[in-house]
Amino acid sequence: MFRFLVTRISSSLFALLIITVIVFLLSHLSGSPVDALLPDDATQEQIDSFVREWGLDQPLWQQYLTFLVNAVQGNFGTSLKWPGEDAMGFVLDRMPATLKLGGLAILISVVIALPLGIAAAVYRGSAVDHGAQMFALLGQSMPNFWLGIILIWVFSVWLGWLPTSGMGTFAHAILPAVAIAWFQVSALARLTRSAMLEVLDAEYIKLARVKGVSEGMVVWKHALRNAAVVPLTYFGILAASILTGSVVIETVYSWPGMGWVALEAIRGRDFPVVQAVIIAYAVVYMLSNLFVDLLYVVVDPRIRRG
Amino acid sequence: MRDIQGEPLLKVTDLTVEISTKAGSFFPVNGHNFSVHAGETLGIVGESGSGKSMTAMSLVRLLPKHAAHIRSGSITLNGRELLGLSESEMRKVRGSEIAMILQDPQTSLNPAFTVGEQISEALRLHNPGPRRTLRERAIDALRKVKVAAPEHRIDAYPCELSGGMRQRAVGAIAISCQPKIIIADEPTTSLDVTVQAQYLRLLRELQEETGMAILFITHDFGIVANLCQRVVVMYYGRIVESGPVDRIFANPAHPYTEALIAAVPKLRGQKGRLRTIEGQPPAPTDVVEGCPFAPRCEYAESRCFKELPPTVNADSDGEHTASCWRVVGR
Amino acid sequence: MADSMINTPQSPGLWAKARNLPLIPLAVLLIVFIIPAFFAEYLAPHDPYVPNLRARLQPPVFFGGTWEFPMGTDRLGRDILSRILHGAWYVLAVSMIGITVGVVVGTTLGLVAGYARGWFDGLVMRLVDISLALPAMLLALALAASMGTSFLSVVIVVGFALWAYFARQVRAEVLLLRRSDFVERSMVAGSSHTRILFRHILPNVTNTIVVLATLQVGIAIMLDASLSFLGIGIPRPTPTWGLLVSDGRDFIATDWWISFFPGLAILLTVLSANMLGDWLRDKLDPRQRQV
Repeated sequence: MFRFLVTRISSSLFALLIITVIVFLLSHLSGSPVDALLPDDATQEQIDSFVREWGLDQPLWQQYLTFLVNAVQGNFGTSLKWPGEDAMGFVLDRMPATLKLGGLAILISVVIALPLGIAAAVYRGSAVDHGAQMFALLGQSMPNFWLGIILIWVFSVWLGWLPTSGMGTFAHAILPAVAIAWFQVSALARLTRSAMLEVLDAEYIKLARVKGVSEGMVVWKHALRNAAVVPLTYFGILAASILTGSVVIETVYSWPGMGWVALEAIRGRDFPVVQAVIIAYAVVYMLSNLFVDLLYVVVDPRIRRG
Repeated sequence: MRDIQGEPLLKVTDLTVEISTKAGSFFPVNGHNFSVHAGETLGIVGESGSGKSMTAMSLVRLLPKHAAHIRSGSITLNGRELLGLSESEMRKVRGSEIAMILQDPQTSLNPAFTVGEQISEALRLHNPGPRRTLRERAIDALRKVKVAAPEHRIDAYPCELSGGMRQRAVGAIAISCQPKIIIADEPTTSLDVTVQAQYLRLLRELQEETGMAILFITHDFGIVANLCQRVVVMYYGRIVESGPVDRIFANPAHPYTEALIAAVPKLRGQKGRLRTIEGQPPAPTDVVEGCPFAPRCEYAESRCFKELPPTVNADSDGEHTASCWRVVGR
Repeated sequence: MADSMINTPQSPGLWAKARNLPLIPLAVLLIVFIIPAFFAEYLAPHDPYVPNLRARLQPPVFFGGTWEFPMGTDRLGRDILSRILHGAWYVLAVSMIGITVGVVVGTTLGLVAGYARGWFDGLVMRLVDISLALPAMLLALALAASMGTSFLSVVIVVGFALWAYFARQVRAEVLLLRRSDFVERSMVAGSSHTRILFRHILPNVTNTIVVLATLQVGIAIMLDASLSFLGIGIPRPTPTWGLLVSDGRDFIATDWWISFFPGLAILLTVLSANMLGDWLRDKLDPRQRQV
């Protein structure tokens, strides 16, 4: 188990390192980093001190090391669009909003998708199963930004039940979370269904029934415990697409999270903030994958003991 | 044991299982009659696809949902009709009165739970008690199936045990609630020959200790001769011969039984090649007139292809019966 | 009931095969996506770019509008239908070129990695892991911030999002094929590596590639639409579908049609592409069914 976790952590760190390389190289792609990272009206003094701080007169690999050392300390320079703000600090301020939305989206997808997938597998070939599969197909083909807009149209404009945009009460979070979760529900339900179908055919399920275990316990205890590993595999991907979803959906709902900041920063050509957002996203993503690995250890005794 | 003492423990009368498909329905279990007495071991022999496992699963009423159902007949346990029980009453019978050992030890234990959890689950369902004693009773069950160091093995996951050890653990689950009868569905097929012999010895010892009945399903007549007092031979969903093992072994009445016995390797005095049975049984959906074994039978006459032979006594006392025109004609 | 007795899954005749074609998705894909992509100029009733201030915010026909603008107009008076029809070409181009980039890069690396094994294999698999672990959206953001957006940047993002799936799948198949009789025979016969790769191995992985590529069409279109919705896709004034949806965002309370119809076009296209992909997978590559 220890070895398993060490391998996972080190490969996460490696991937993170690659991201810093990409981000670093991109800031040099656009020409001089001075143009990308300093305001257009910067004075010669500002430019000189900037060049010194980031080692821009050094060879490229040394510049990268300087960048990396600064990055590890969370120093990405100051924002151009929001003057005086530390880039990473500004991003971190917005992080709770994004995590709140993402967490709610994950909760919604799991609460709906697991029972749906399980019911589809248990009542294979029934109306429930066909309905779930139709829903999954439709959900996986629906652009989430469009769904977000349609949800506003129906629930805010037409029915007047929920606020159109912004952050504040819990009601504000419902529509964006549903819009993010929609796709995940389809994918997760589909995956749960096929995993459950496989497990329900297993000999140990037969043995549980032979022991006199009730059908409910057979499904929710014996089968789900084994089938759960497959949706868990998907959880890593889930984290990624919820992250992607949050960039889009935060824009639709003007939800002031990291995704919203990212786009505002791109529009304002605020490269320090963009760098900080990308690294912050990557770290969140790696951490959530690590969390999934820990869940694996809990669910699968073969990893725990191995 | 030979003489039937009083009422049988398990009595199956005219049991028929139907499978309905788009291509029509067929009967993997077709009019079965047999019984098992307390302390007795009954063997059910036949090739794969002959309906042995279907018979076993229908006894605990766990046929695959939607696909198969019991069409008619009666199954009584100690005089109580099982087919009339509600599903929740039937659940109380499963595991506590009728236990089962499944074919493949590699897959019949749940990989996500420890051996102990899986034994005590059965215990808890059928005679609950405090957690501590549950654990002790589970250890006890493991000790009974001769698992070394049961206090440690109880916390092991199935993946940490050898094949033979796993099958013993399955056995421990089966005996944990002191069932009256254990149905063992080819429990040794996937085990090594030596492990297999140990396991059979264990079953016999457990039976002597507890007085339970065993219904042993196999395709190997050698094991039957070794373990069972009486045997039922199945072919294509029908019982073609049944009776005391020693008599059938010495003097098989049905050509199929004869062929099965000839397929058992003898340790000494083996002359010539081991015999195998030529041909294949008919497909379940085939329309079969006459005796289903006729196309493979070396004694088949024209009558065998036209009419299904009735089940008749093969000897004077009525314990040995067979379903073959050669016996009818005797 | 005699009919149902005969109806067993035997090898179907030509007619049965044609009948099993998913005709509805195919028709939808043609009508909504492929025909407009190539013939928008002849089909579109209006110019997609030129504002027509007299016809601003016209509702669609049946919702108070006229047949002149069947799906209504946007706030500059441009015909929504014409803009959707003209946008199809860009959606098609980005997804096809993006997938082609993914297929070429992924297949080449997967072929060589699976065939050569050794350090190159290790390196490629490492890159595959990292690429799968990096949400494409992050790359899109970084590219948009540094290089600005263009047709090229979108194609790069789509290609980046997809190549690893091809590399992983192709490598896995090559590993199996390497050990097959006909490959070993030609190795013994002294065929050159390129000959073995292109004559013996590549033809055997084409089915996989075709199936995977079809299944990725939906993903590619969706990614492209998300990027242009966010304004980091192909820049204005190109009427890509994501951009059209984004145009109507602030008008959803009053003029819903501006966003509704372009989004519907995306939904229908992706849905039918996914259905075709599923069908093709079942036909060509039953092993992948459980993916």
